[in-house]
Amino acid sequence: MPTPPRSTRFPWSGRWNGVIGASALALLLSSCSLIEIEDAPLSAVEPRGPFAEQINNLFWPVFWIAVVIFVIVQGGILFSIIAFRDRPGRKEPKQIHGNTKLEITWTVIPALILAAIAVPTVSTVFDLTECGDDAMTVEITGHQWWFEYDYPGLGIETANVMVMPADQEVCAVMTSADVLHNYWVPALNGKRYLVPGQETVLRLQADEPGEYWGHCAEFCGLSHSLMRARVLAVTDAEWDAWVSEQQAAATVPAEGTPAYEGMLLYQNLCTTCHTVNYGDASEFTNIRSDDVFRGPNLTHFSSRNVFAGAYLPYEGLSYDDALEQWLANPPDVKPGSFMPNLGLTQNDINNLTAWLATLK
Amino acid sequence: MTTTASRPASTIFRRPRSTEGFWSWITTTDHKKIGIMYGYAAFFFFIIGGIEALLLRIQLAGPNGSFLNAGEYNAMFTTHGVTMIFLFVMPVSAAFFNYLLPLMIGARDVAFPRMNALSWWIFIFGGLFLYSVIFFGDPTPPAGIADSSGAIVAGNLDPTDATLLAGLPDGGWFLYQPNAGPAYSPGTAVDFALIGLQILGIASLISAINFIVTVFNMRAEGMRLLRMPVFVWMTLVVAFLLLFSLPIIAVALFMATFDRQFGTLFFQATGGGDPVLWQHMFWLFGHPEVYILILPAMGIVSEVLPTNSRKPLFGYAAIVFAGAAIAFLGFGVWAHHMFSSGIPAVAQAAFGLSTMTIAVPTGIKIFNWMGTMWGGRLRFNTAMMFSIGFVAMFVIGGLSGVTHSIVPSDWQQTDTYYIVAHFHYVLFGGAIFGLFSGIYYWFPKITGRMLNEKLGKVHFWVQFIGFNLTFAPMHWLGLQGMVRRTWRYAPETGLGPWNLAVTIGAFTIATGVAIFWFNWIYSKRKGEPSGLDPWDARTIEWTIPNPTPAYNFATPPVIHSLDDFWHQKYTEDEEGRPVRKDDADDLVARLDHDGRNPKSPIHMPAPSYFPILMALGLPLIGYGIIYHTTLVGLALLFIGPLITIGALIGWGIEPLEEPEEHQEHGEGGELVGAGAH
Amino acid sequence: MADTFEIEEGAEVPEHAEVHDSHHLVHESTGIDNRKLGMWVFLSSEFLFFGAFISNYLLYGGRDFDSVVPRDIYDIPFTSISSFVLLMSSLTMVLAHHALSTGDQNGTKTWLMATALLGSVFLGGQVFEFTEFIVEYDMTLTSNPAASAFYMLTGFHGTHVALGIVMLLSLFGIARREGGLSEKHGMNLELVGLYWHFVDIIWIVIFTLVYLIGAA
Repeated sequence: MPTPPRSTRFPWSGRWNGVIGASALALLLSSCSLIEIEDAPLSAVEPRGPFAEQINNLFWPVFWIAVVIFVIVQGGILFSIIAFRDRPGRKEPKQIHGNTKLEITWTVIPALILAAIAVPTVSTVFDLTECGDDAMTVEITGHQWWFEYDYPGLGIETANVMVMPADQEVCAVMTSADVLHNYWVPALNGKRYLVPGQETVLRLQADEPGEYWGHCAEFCGLSHSLMRARVLAVTDAEWDAWVSEQQAAATVPAEGTPAYEGMLLYQNLCTTCHTVNYGDASEFTNIRSDDVFRGPNLTHFSSRNVFAGAYLPYEGLSYDDALEQWLANPPDVKPGSFMPNLGLTQNDINNLTAWLATLK
Repeated sequence: MTTTASRPASTIFRRPRSTEGFWSWITTTDHKKIGIMYGYAAFFFFIIGGIEALLLRIQLAGPNGSFLNAGEYNAMFTTHGVTMIFLFVMPVSAAFFNYLLPLMIGARDVAFPRMNALSWWIFIFGGLFLYSVIFFGDPTPPAGIADSSGAIVAGNLDPTDATLLAGLPDGGWFLYQPNAGPAYSPGTAVDFALIGLQILGIASLISAINFIVTVFNMRAEGMRLLRMPVFVWMTLVVAFLLLFSLPIIAVALFMATFDRQFGTLFFQATGGGDPVLWQHMFWLFGHPEVYILILPAMGIVSEVLPTNSRKPLFGYAAIVFAGAAIAFLGFGVWAHHMFSSGIPAVAQAAFGLSTMTIAVPTGIKIFNWMGTMWGGRLRFNTAMMFSIGFVAMFVIGGLSGVTHSIVPSDWQQTDTYYIVAHFHYVLFGGAIFGLFSGIYYWFPKITGRMLNEKLGKVHFWVQFIGFNLTFAPMHWLGLQGMVRRTWRYAPETGLGPWNLAVTIGAFTIATGVAIFWFNWIYSKRKGEPSGLDPWDARTIEWTIPNPTPAYNFATPPVIHSLDDFWHQKYTEDEEGRPVRKDDADDLVARLDHDGRNPKSPIHMPAPSYFPILMALGLPLIGYGIIYHTTLVGLALLFIGPLITIGALIGWGIEPLEEPEEHQEHGEGGELVGAGAH
Repeated sequence: MADTFEIEEGAEVPEHAEVHDSHHLVHESTGIDNRKLGMWVFLSSEFLFFGAFISNYLLYGGRDFDSVVPRDIYDIPFTSISSFVLLMSSLTMVLAHHALSTGDQNGTKTWLMATALLGSVFLGGQVFEFTEFIVEYDMTLTSNPAASAFYMLTGFHGTHVALGIVMLLSLFGIARREGGLSEKHGMNLELVGLYWHFVDIIWIVIFTLVYLIGAA
């Protein structure tokens, strides 16, 4: 019956395994150094506000502790592989069944490290769960597959892009109109669910004016991956201007223009789901009812640089081309879209885009 | 087996007799054959799950991919998850449990051989049921919103997107409600997933009961609990995890099925239901499930490392208790899957802390494995390399797991690729590496031949490198904001290059697995004969010939210590180093001879038709529930239970073993066995 | 794979000379019969099965909905009586077991039938209760989550009772046909007894938590 050493039987001895293993690890580590922080608008490790900052400050110390443990353990394994490999002349090992002191040590030390991590964790949890007193409330409603933003008190209803003053806390009070969604703007805070029939709260704040990217993070159906968000933090002056712009009604285009034709088309085809406010007096004003599937409020459509759940346009596809594609066949662009293929002609599309451009 | 010519009239069928050929597999109650069938079925599903993964990765190789449509992508990540968890890792573990558990405790079979066959058939029918949605499902892919009558009232799918692949279940393996509810996932795809999982759960529950009773009751003389191999311990722990977690998912699946089929409102917010309740129930099962997947591999590693380090396991008792502790704590951490769901801050803090505590027993295991290797005489055969790979990769998954217990940090990471990286390090780098280690280690036990070591090592390195190329960058992708279950990502996100690397890595893994398959097919026929004890092993499954005889042990073993076989072969010198006894080689030769030549004939549990028949009824009931509004469905709701109950009655009448003539009834008064016939 | 599993040529193996060998090869290490231990293990899982349903009811049972909720329409005196009936069936089950252990086959049959009858009375009560809730109060499975939870919980319990009755009647049938229960079926009687007591205990919990406390 063959007994050890087995290495005589298999030509690939331990020595080569060590070499290959070490070089594989080296390759792995060097590949990590290739990572550059490039322009990654969704990055969760480049905080741009106090809440994200707080989380970031919690993550990195733990990360480095993990790195130290990683090095110790992998180092120990590598050392064992090299030092204790079976080689000619190596004696049989002493039969050690355990070592109580050692075992207690490696039970207690991790427990202590975890206890140390636990304290700031718990305090941050409580810190970030409730909004501050001076926060401005924005109601966020999740729809398949776009976010609706309502500013109570200001009478503003918008979609896809949330505008807020920089350096001012926003208390997002959130719910969902259909399935679960998850609101996430990594630069400003972690994520929080939008639950139908329930209310959740998320604190958002940006230090500086700028555009911040967001994404729905919970799988919410066919076009989950296209349900995105933008947050636009602006200066106080810009904020005031934006508020008054959004509170104003849209202007009815001049009769006979393509925009006017577009508006008529809209009145015919789109008013079940969409809303445009031309002022209380206008016959063209339509407010869609609440019990149907909502589409975004289009009154200030052109004031937003993105549409279709902040999916369009993207790099390599211009705003105009994207809008044209979208109107031509929404379910093709965004699978499952509630907006159907309306069978529009090129002329219809031209009229509609001309009209949409008037909705500033 | 040629036995009794005449059976009592009460038996419906002639008892199956064959011990080889097709029918012997259909009717077998031999734990080894059942284990082998589990293994082959699992690897069949592994191919399917792997292909699904490759399709996903092709789609994500660059931004705005168009290889799959959204429906197909969602179906692929759903079935990839379901397949890999329920149809690959769990059944491979079941294959090991079935094959090895009786051998390692010195038994000739499990406690309930026919129930064992039953659980196998239920499993395979459940798996096939799940995928049969392709043939029997509603051909319209689930898209849009349905009203209570099932009519689509909103949502539009481009007709070209309605492909076969898109018709597979697409709610995610977690089937979150209400997205997977009747309104938002119309059609039948999700029903096949719900009922398929229910059927698979029944199979696992039966196995769990069987294994628990086997471990408690079927141990050889002297095999005290703390002399059992760690693998047996982990089997026991997993069986208990299944026992206590499956009923919870069974209830949740019932509730979701009733929501979809019979209009209940448990998870439908429109009717006052609470969608988050589903998550609590799902993860109350789902987190123990994670340990169900990893603990068998931990058991395997705890056998392979000592044997190939030529040292006993360092801290045997600690490893056993750590396993039990992980399982126990595993029931108290489920809400860490829901930190961003808006549960109260107190709950978040509490579950964060409980999650941290799990790191302690996990750490104990890792350090004890390192302690086992330390100072040993390490033999780098493929099994050992996979075990070391397991420890190294599992540590990474464990450490990223600790960052999730930092609740606010988890708010950033949850539902991103950081999580995908984490659990693939645990379940692939961990569980699957461990399982491969076990396959290389015990292959001789099953076939009497060795897997080719050269191919094995190539397999290991290709898979190891491919694995890290695939999943290491995912940590970074997640931190850079790549959300999970995403069919497309924007070019501006800068996620493209690393995604390409990941896709290349995925194909590297596939190459490694292909090498393994080749090795398996080649070595099964041409592999080097292993002899009785190819690894100079420690545990008693190596005291019997390879491949294992049908009766396992020719003579019942008597156990004197932990690592009994090792102590039969070795003593220690004054320094504590092992010295091979002079008669060790004779012992091995004698064991080989005696194991093949039992002194007296051995009676084994007879084959039976009833397990497969009984299992057959369940998928029929499943189809019946899904199509209960049609005549065919109603008929199936009648036929399915009829088959199952009929088989049950036949089962009850059929004795476990043959013949029955000599069976005598004791006490019980006036009755004598013969009188009843 | 089949080929690799063949038993070595010449080894005169698995014939059937040693009857019961597989039982005697390994003694039952704990001293408890395999089937009995298996039943205990199974029932421990069942506890969680009902635990999940009960928790589900406790979550929804107290909430208000637009339609009738169970807690408003419980008929506590009626359910108390049917609960008492079920409780008594546990007693008759014990008596059946006792009768068998003293060799009293006639007593065994009598008490088995009594148990099955009491169980049927309980089931009949449940059918009556459901009918009353549906017809008189218009509370159906789909009225609201509380109603759904109530019907699911009590319905699954009722299914368990029904299964138990089928098992009891099977034993009774065997006992009648064979003139009594053999040793083998004696164990079956114990198993059915375990199961029956479990179903009773669960009902006590349901009655207390769902009916009494839930209605308060």
